[in-house]
Amino acid sequence: MSTHRQHFRSKGLDFSSAFFTSLTGFATALILAILVIILLNVFLNGWSGLSWRFVSTIPQKDFFEAGSAAVLPMIVGTTIRVFVMTLFVIPVGVITAIYLTEYASTTSLYTRVIRAAVNNLAGVPSIVFGLFGLGFFINFIGKNLDAALHTAGPQFGQPAVLWASLTLAVMTLPVVIVATEESLKAIPPGLREASLALGATKLETICKIVLPNALPGILTGAILAISRAAGEVAPIMFTGAAYYMADLPKKVTDQFMDLGYHIYVLSTQSPDIEKTRPILYATVLVLLLLTFSLNLVAIVVRARMRRAMRALH
Amino acid sequence: MSHGHTTGKRTAGWMGIHRGHQARPVERLAEWFIVGVSFSTIAVVFLIFIFVGKEALPLLLGRENSALLTEVIPAADLEKIPPAKLRAYLDLTPEQFAAMDKETLKALMEVREEALKEIPEEVRKDQDARVNTTEWRYLVLPHQWSGYDKPEYIWQPVGNIHKYNLVPLIVGSLKTTLIGLAFAVPLALGAAIYVSQLARPRVKEWVKPGIELLSGIPSVVMGTFALIVMASFFQKIFGYEVRLNAFVAGIALGLAVIPLVFSIAEDALTSVPRAYTQAALALGASKWQAAYQVVLPSALPGVFAAVVLGFGRAIGETMIVLLVCSASVMSWSIFDSARSITTTIAAEMAEAVSGGHHYRILFLLGAFLFAVTFVINLIGDVVIHRLKTQLEGKRA
Amino acid sequence: MPEVTLQKISVAGGTESAPPSGPALIEVKRLSLHYGATRALKEISITLPERLVTAFIGPSGCGKSTFLRCFNRMNDLIDNVRIEGVVKIGGHDIYGDDVDVIELRKRVGMVFQKSNPFPKSIYENIAYGLRLHGLKAKSELDGVIETSLRGAALWDEVKDRLHASALGLSGGQQQRLCIARAIAIKPEIILMDEPASALDPLATARIEDLILDLKRDYTIVIVTHNMQQAARISDHTAFFYLGELIEFDTTKKIFTNPTNKRTEDYVTGRFG
Repeated sequence: MSTHRQHFRSKGLDFSSAFFTSLTGFATALILAILVIILLNVFLNGWSGLSWRFVSTIPQKDFFEAGSAAVLPMIVGTTIRVFVMTLFVIPVGVITAIYLTEYASTTSLYTRVIRAAVNNLAGVPSIVFGLFGLGFFINFIGKNLDAALHTAGPQFGQPAVLWASLTLAVMTLPVVIVATEESLKAIPPGLREASLALGATKLETICKIVLPNALPGILTGAILAISRAAGEVAPIMFTGAAYYMADLPKKVTDQFMDLGYHIYVLSTQSPDIEKTRPILYATVLVLLLLTFSLNLVAIVVRARMRRAMRALH
Repeated sequence: MSHGHTTGKRTAGWMGIHRGHQARPVERLAEWFIVGVSFSTIAVVFLIFIFVGKEALPLLLGRENSALLTEVIPAADLEKIPPAKLRAYLDLTPEQFAAMDKETLKALMEVREEALKEIPEEVRKDQDARVNTTEWRYLVLPHQWSGYDKPEYIWQPVGNIHKYNLVPLIVGSLKTTLIGLAFAVPLALGAAIYVSQLARPRVKEWVKPGIELLSGIPSVVMGTFALIVMASFFQKIFGYEVRLNAFVAGIALGLAVIPLVFSIAEDALTSVPRAYTQAALALGASKWQAAYQVVLPSALPGVFAAVVLGFGRAIGETMIVLLVCSASVMSWSIFDSARSITTTIAAEMAEAVSGGHHYRILFLLGAFLFAVTFVINLIGDVVIHRLKTQLEGKRA
Repeated sequence: MPEVTLQKISVAGGTESAPPSGPALIEVKRLSLHYGATRALKEISITLPERLVTAFIGPSGCGKSTFLRCFNRMNDLIDNVRIEGVVKIGGHDIYGDDVDVIELRKRVGMVFQKSNPFPKSIYENIAYGLRLHGLKAKSELDGVIETSLRGAALWDEVKDRLHASALGLSGGQQQRLCIARAIAIKPEIILMDEPASALDPLATARIEDLILDLKRDYTIVIVTHNMQQAARISDHTAFFYLGELIEFDTTKKIFTNPTNKRTEDYVTGRFG
């Protein structure tokens, strides 16, 4: 017996196992450590720069100086563009997800093409969306609208909140579709069958049984899309973000100041980076607080949804 | 109806089933509407393709001429020359051109003639002034510009001679991307193997939200962090000359790509049936052996897809490289600066004249990027799809 | 209740040779069903009588559940299914061009293998189907819901917590709630797809009692893999094997003196 045991407990095997477990464990720890370092760095350096005045006033044109720096218009601008985006992307994304899970036959060419399009859209670089927004929304739709309405000077054919939001809506479409699809698929087929067997139509089943149960998932998708879009800069650089505006945007055809874009401006255009640094950190902190609180909400909602669905199965 | 007498009055209800499909117009309208809306995803991909490509098209067709000096066309020849040539000569967009009458065109031709005559003599002597730099050979091949002693790849869109060689940008993109992947892939794969195969389940509950948070950091924030903190940190360690270089940008890119590579690889590893691992463990393998010898080989296509999609994500990332380094030097050294394709578009679009050749070149870059990521995504998706169907088949 | 059952069986057993004994309600002629290239059901012809319990038995994968789902066209929901042949209910071809599936399903209720109450209250579970069919007034709803719950022998257990979540009920109670939900909209036929397969013996016995009770008002077709259950509750039994209807007769005949050798092997437990 004892000789057998010794055979099983080969030393080389134990060593390689322990070595690779610690190596991969180290990789995991390193990733998390970097995350913590970034967050701590931003938090510790940004905290002192935060004040009520900073988040509640409109900055002077010279916003690189501590005395005149503020981020109210950026918070407002980012919020508006994200909100308008939601108005477009949620209905389209949810309906597409409904098509894919409830109506589409898995084998049809049309469905396969839609899936390929969704996957592809998710991988298109954000700067390409920016070009698309410029080429399609501003230069094509906007300019043609101007021509059709005989506006005095460009009104639609220039960067604006509306075009930036639409560009972001196109970009976040896959996020909403995938999250909604996931939550629709998590609903047991038995519920749909029960409803249909009672003589409900497909539409009634979707509206009264499927969608109410999928709501947390749809919400998660919306929040993820919002948090992704809130931090994006590349797509809005040419489609709506302004370097400086003395007023808050008043209509959807106005340009806007944006948190992420402002961070870029502060980092690259400052005449004295040492002086600007506290303002930069404070602005970064505001953006991070915004996106992270959204992400946390999404994570919590999704965890709850998964638990609720497990009870159903 | 023939059964009415035997089954009582309720069976008369069977007549009611003959209402036909037409009885539910709302249902059909809703279905059409849903199919129509779902078409928008396909439409969007096409529109991106068309409208990014459209702005670059005149360039591809050779209709642009960026040469500083062109032959003077006398205003009297207005009627003789083809409209396309005239439009290029006057540097007008098609809309502008269409809106103009003969008188305006004639006036413009005179202005152009004046402008051409006013170009100083020393520039006039420069042979490069007659070169159309938007031709393919100048875009991709090295060229010996005046003042240089050998042919070189140069991107220098501003100035008298617009130098549009794309190679430095492609090299810049590849350089930062490959550095990023070299950093991200080992870490992300290690973490994916650890979390899915080796660690206790509790660990997963902490790591996955953590990595989700990492993916939630906007790239402009990552870029700023790299610009301020990482650049100085790495310079202290390695002591290189250029503080903001491709290496720093690459590492920051890697951080941005880790969540994507991790989640795809982790997904692929988890989708390998548990029975494989259990069989290996039952034969006396350690957890690591089971992971390395059994699970990893089965999930290899998924790991490959994770790397490929990570490449696509990294090469398309804009803000990080834009913040960290932007000088367009042609160099393969990782401690030199680099300007990627995305950075170039973001930094220069604002100063490019709408409809001009610089503008069109930037759209050409965008179209190229779109095509590259399109192919990469296609490959990644096909590989993942195959792996999933294969593993599901085995599970059943 | 058991006495009534015995009587029924003996009555049904009286006309051993030629089922069905009652007036025909469901008539199937040469029905074949294909999933893509594979044929799951082969030329099945059968006539089911009204207000009796017919049991479909057979080994798993023999097509009995698939066949059951032809009666309310639930198979329509699956991609790539093709059906040939005729299914007539009450003399009407339910696969005819002008048939509205929704109207059909109101008249042919179904209870599934796995109980599937909606994640709503007990009350709302039953109200759902009623509201679909235009019953909106609270007083009427209350009445019908009580009647249905009583009909499903669940009323006494849940009358004090009608607005509690249905997911809090035990498995057997959930399944009876599903039956209550089905009978609330007053179908004429109730299809039951192994309704007791996931339940313990006590809950199964309650469901079986309920079925015997229900057949006074409803025509019931039940799929079961439990031969004792088929023997206890059904008047007629059809034996399916590999997508074919092997034998259809009174339950007594099938279990005591089957004509076909394979039926005999199956009911005596030699395979399956």
